[in-house]
Amino acid sequence: MPPESDPRPPGAAGSPAVNTAARRGRLCVEDATIGYDKRIIIENLSVQIPDHSFTVIVGPNACGKSTLLRGLSRLLKPSDGQVVLDGADIHSYKAKEVARRIGLLPQNSIAPDGITVADLVARGRFPHQGLLRQWTEKDEQAVAEAMEATGVTDLSGRLVDELSGGQRQRVWVSMALAQRTDILLLDEPTTFLDITHQIELLELFTDLHLAGRTLVAVLHDLNHAARYGTHLIAMKNGAIVAQGPPADIVTADLVEEVFDLTCVVVPDPVSGSPSVAPLGRIR
Amino acid sequence: MIDFGRRTWRIRRGPVAVHGALRTVVVCLGLLLVTCAVGVAGVVTGDLDFTIAEVWRALRDPDAGFDRVVILEWRVPRVTAAIVFGAALGASGAVFQALTRNPLASPDVIGLSAGSHTGGLVAIILLGGTYSAIAGGALIGGVLTAVAIYLLAYRRGVQGFRLIVVGIGVSAMLTAANTYLILRAELDLAMSAAAWGAGSLNGTNWEQVLIGGGVIVVLLTVLTVFAPALSQLGLGDEAAAASGVTVERTRLTLVVLGVAPVAVVTAAAGPIAFVALAAPQIARRLARTAGVTITPAAFTGAFLLLAADYAAQHLLPVTLPVGLVTVVIGGGYLVWLLVAEARRRL
Repeated sequence: MPPESDPRPPGAAGSPAVNTAARRGRLCVEDATIGYDKRIIIENLSVQIPDHSFTVIVGPNACGKSTLLRGLSRLLKPSDGQVVLDGADIHSYKAKEVARRIGLLPQNSIAPDGITVADLVARGRFPHQGLLRQWTEKDEQAVAEAMEATGVTDLSGRLVDELSGGQRQRVWVSMALAQRTDILLLDEPTTFLDITHQIELLELFTDLHLAGRTLVAVLHDLNHAARYGTHLIAMKNGAIVAQGPPADIVTADLVEEVFDLTCVVVPDPVSGSPSVAPLGRIR
Repeated sequence: MIDFGRRTWRIRRGPVAVHGALRTVVVCLGLLLVTCAVGVAGVVTGDLDFTIAEVWRALRDPDAGFDRVVILEWRVPRVTAAIVFGAALGASGAVFQALTRNPLASPDVIGLSAGSHTGGLVAIILLGGTYSAIAGGALIGGVLTAVAIYLLAYRRGVQGFRLIVVGIGVSAMLTAANTYLILRAELDLAMSAAAWGAGSLNGTNWEQVLIGGGVIVVLLTVLTVFAPALSQLGLGDEAAAASGVTVERTRLTLVVLGVAPVAVVTAAAGPIAFVALAAPQIARRLARTAGVTITPAAFTGAFLLLAADYAAQHLLPVTLPVGLVTVVIGGGYLVWLLVAEARRRL
């Protein structure tokens, strides 16, 4: 699926691309302080999202990982510092312009009563639509492809209310895909799904990543993060403790430092990625 | 072709590329048809019954005398007002119900009608009640109430249910204030205020219809432009923001655009309950749209108010203000809605 966005900052049309992937990722955080109202969650944090990576943010509850993702997606505005998208402050763009470059799968979305799958996926086309141009050939194609990629084409005429949890989550992913962005943010996408649907969804994300997209996900399961992620960001108390490829950074020491959990890290018997077995008290 | 689970239509010509559900169009056309039928009935029947031919003659012939006055000055403006004002109420209700995702949220329940009423009363009592004074008062009252409710319910953004609860409280206070205002007013002012406050299309004149109708047409047009953003907000604030909606700004704009039609209607006809509450829900069930949508709600509102006004004039042994008819039907509907809502939540 080709991206429809133009990876240049606003006002830079015609000039060569401001940054190159080698020097800096398209999306990064520069010395940002992010929080809600007066409560600061993340202070002076800087981080790069490597282009074309499947970045996974992990950390204990309330470590600021969702806050970071909300900052990256423009939902929260840093009180200090900035989030940079394609060389410019993400808040200097028009909302629709950001939405043509970054997609987000939020944690809590609501399917309106009586909406069908195709209708919901079509809602992902909103940032590409204007007053008179609401349903072009391109829109139709994007929706069809998004449904195909997530395997919901056969469900397209069904009501979203009637679907199972796993199917419904695939429909939401499909809506985010219909937005046709290069960068896709996923806020705890596998929570509330059974293990089969979790794996199915993670492999769908891997397919999307292999097709060239940059993915940033918040995941709770460290083993899933290490197996499917290509770049890990471990956070604690609003700060980044470690980052890098899972095979390099996931060690028993790191898990103890980030999660206060003693454990043994062994290679996953299937994929060879680091796998965490907690020592625990009861064996 | 994508299977949307229903029949769709689409138009692609030049810069225009739109699509929609076939059912919505059919439902709107059907409502238009029955509205026209009731409208014709409203023009031909009354204390003087006319045939269609007589109406036609009266409309074309300036020398038709009293028939022309009855039809052109009394009945046609009244029918037009019922249609336009009903559409305004329906659309306004749809805006608030879609914003809050709650069928209880309508301008009459969350205090916006009461606020417009207060503004209108103040205008009648202090300024003596010309149409423009009442209109201005109702508009200011409605918008101030909306802003007050919005600010009182604001906590890191406005959440639907909080808006409704705050609105019901504000509505109760304003209703008390309205009673107080009428009690304190001089007798003749109180009587005209009470007559206005019952909500009636009696004595609607062309001035009210043309000014109010013009404003309403503009408001509904602007609302249609915002309709896609309103639908997008129905997905939740985060999903809406992620797809490029500036959530708080759009919501505030929609609140103001939603309260204005109610204020215009209240100024001309007094507070008319029920239409804004029921029309969006009836429309949603008829058109089977995803969530509440503005256009079918406007068509349904037009039909409901016109039908209620016709019933108030002709189907009951005594002629009543239409506001009274809608309150009686609406009260029953509100009780049913509350019971259904309570059952769903428990």
